Amino acid sequence: MTDKPLRIGFIPLVDASALIVAVDKGFTAAEGLDVTLVREVSWSNVRDKLNIGLFDAAHLLAPVAIASSLGLAQVKVPIVAPFNLGLNGNAITVSPSLHAAIMGEADGDPADPLVTANALARVVAARRKTGAEPLTFGMTFPFSTHNYQLRFWLAAGGIDPDEDVRLVVLPPPYMVDSLASGHVDAFCVGAPWNSIAVDFGVGHILHFVSDILARAAEKVLAVRERWAQENPLVLAKLTRAHGRATDFIERPENRAEVARILARPERIGVDAEVIQRTLDGRLKISPDGTFRESDRYLLVGREGAGRPDPVQAAWLYAQMVRWGQASYSADALAAAKRVFRPDLYDAALSGPAAPSGNVPDGIGAFTGGNFDANDVASYLSSAAIKRRPT
Amino acid sequence: MAADSSFKIVIVDESPIRAAILKEGLQEAGFTSVEHISEMHSLLARIYALDPDVILIDLENPSRDVLEQMFQVSRAVRRPIAMFVDQSDATSIQEAVEAGVSAYIVDGLKKERIKPILDLCISRFNAFAKLQDELDRTKSALEERKILDRAKGILMKMKGLTEDEAYVLLRSTAMREKKKIGEIAQSIITAAELLK
Repeated sequence: MTDKPLRIGFIPLVDASALIVAVDKGFTAAEGLDVTLVREVSWSNVRDKLNIGLFDAAHLLAPVAIASSLGLAQVKVPIVAPFNLGLNGNAITVSPSLHAAIMGEADGDPADPLVTANALARVVAARRKTGAEPLTFGMTFPFSTHNYQLRFWLAAGGIDPDEDVRLVVLPPPYMVDSLASGHVDAFCVGAPWNSIAVDFGVGHILHFVSDILARAAEKVLAVRERWAQENPLVLAKLTRAHGRATDFIERPENRAEVARILARPERIGVDAEVIQRTLDGRLKISPDGTFRESDRYLLVGREGAGRPDPVQAAWLYAQMVRWGQASYSADALAAAKRVFRPDLYDAALSGPAAPSGNVPDGIGAFTGGNFDANDVASYLSSAAIKRRPT
Repeated sequence: MAADSSFKIVIVDESPIRAAILKEGLQEAGFTSVEHISEMHSLLARIYALDPDVILIDLENPSRDVLEQMFQVSRAVRRPIAMFVDQSDATSIQEAVEAGVSAYIVDGLKKERIKPILDLCISRFNAFAKLQDELDRTKSALEERKILDRAKGILMKMKGLTEDEAYVLLRSTAMREKKKIGEIAQSIITAAELLK
């Protein structure tokens, strides 16, 4: 028997691969689900259509799911995530001139984000002295991992992201053009846009986000909490189909086929070869043809990436507080953690939870010590650069 | 309504025709201060400079996410909020989404004052969609006409038929094969090109 048809929204990004493969490779159909994928152009649209019920589920920025549940800058609609659509996958790309400036100031190994952040701080200070415009960094959404990852890195170098540089929201498809035209000097975005900037010769990939955080929840499969309560069986089937899809994607021999599925015009609509680079974690990082390989660039399902981890939700909530988007309360922290639902994952995908890699605190930030999801208040008070909520 | 005409409205739309249709409608309804932004670069700077009470943007525009940043900026004098934040009027929201329009409204404006603007927007967006649809249909009818003419020409040349006979042959073949006449015409053109 087939359940009633489901409409699921997504943004054309490689981190939607578990969802796209679940549907296009027939894992949802095998569970008896009839799913229509709806490609969207903005996170605002995905959020609104999920919140008002036009979508049953969505590929959603993890922080948007939390902001929605807490009613931050939007109507309060509790969202739950039974499946994490992947860890990491973003990168920071800088213009050739900013790249040269950072390399000129780098004191140490530029693969170390602390070295680049300190170098960038010197570039920023030098620009201020000459009266040059502050550097502009593009990111995808106010409540986005990209926003927090950039801020975390900038602040580690002593750069105040709101005072010393400009952070602007840019839709991902506009990133490369904006870098080429000089509207932004750098950006943080997911695949395939960093690779496309490098291919066009307008950017250098300075860091994979996995250099900054070893494990960073990126997008989640999001549903309204109420919908989850009303449709537990459908939710379990959908979650299971995602588990099967990530198993499929993570097998190296399937990567070419996965890249072809994702490359289709009605899905991501870019060259399969570019998509495969990001799935393989082997990215061209410089227009001169230098490649960099990392087994942490994008984790679709391995190392337990699919299982939602409330520690990730706590970290994201802590960033919202740090940067003045939310005020701190123990209740809000608890509510944020409840968005990530490992119990729903476990109910759908039996068997022991996969090991979570060699990351003791579940985050693995390059600086600032271990993150304790049960003591977010002291984590926040130890941050040197932060905002007060407005 | 008199006070409402002082509302400053900004339309963010890459389609100049739809923006013109919307602007005209708003002006007819007495909203005299309507600006159109079609250039997405430095969108926020332009909006801050215009300082509108209401921003209208089509849902197919990726720059909606750029507008969301306005909630965050504490320095901004006035903070707009998305229409979707107020869900008390679910029907309106549903209609707006279906029509493909979304609105950002400066925090504090009364809903009743915005309603006529939104309703007008929805009906103009729908009218535009209908127009677009008709245009597309006319275009495809013209396309089919061209294909038909070419197929007739091929048949006339290859089989020595008159134009009427060629048409009858196309039509009867379409009926026999339970296909559209345009499809039969297209396959004749394809075949003729292959056999060239």
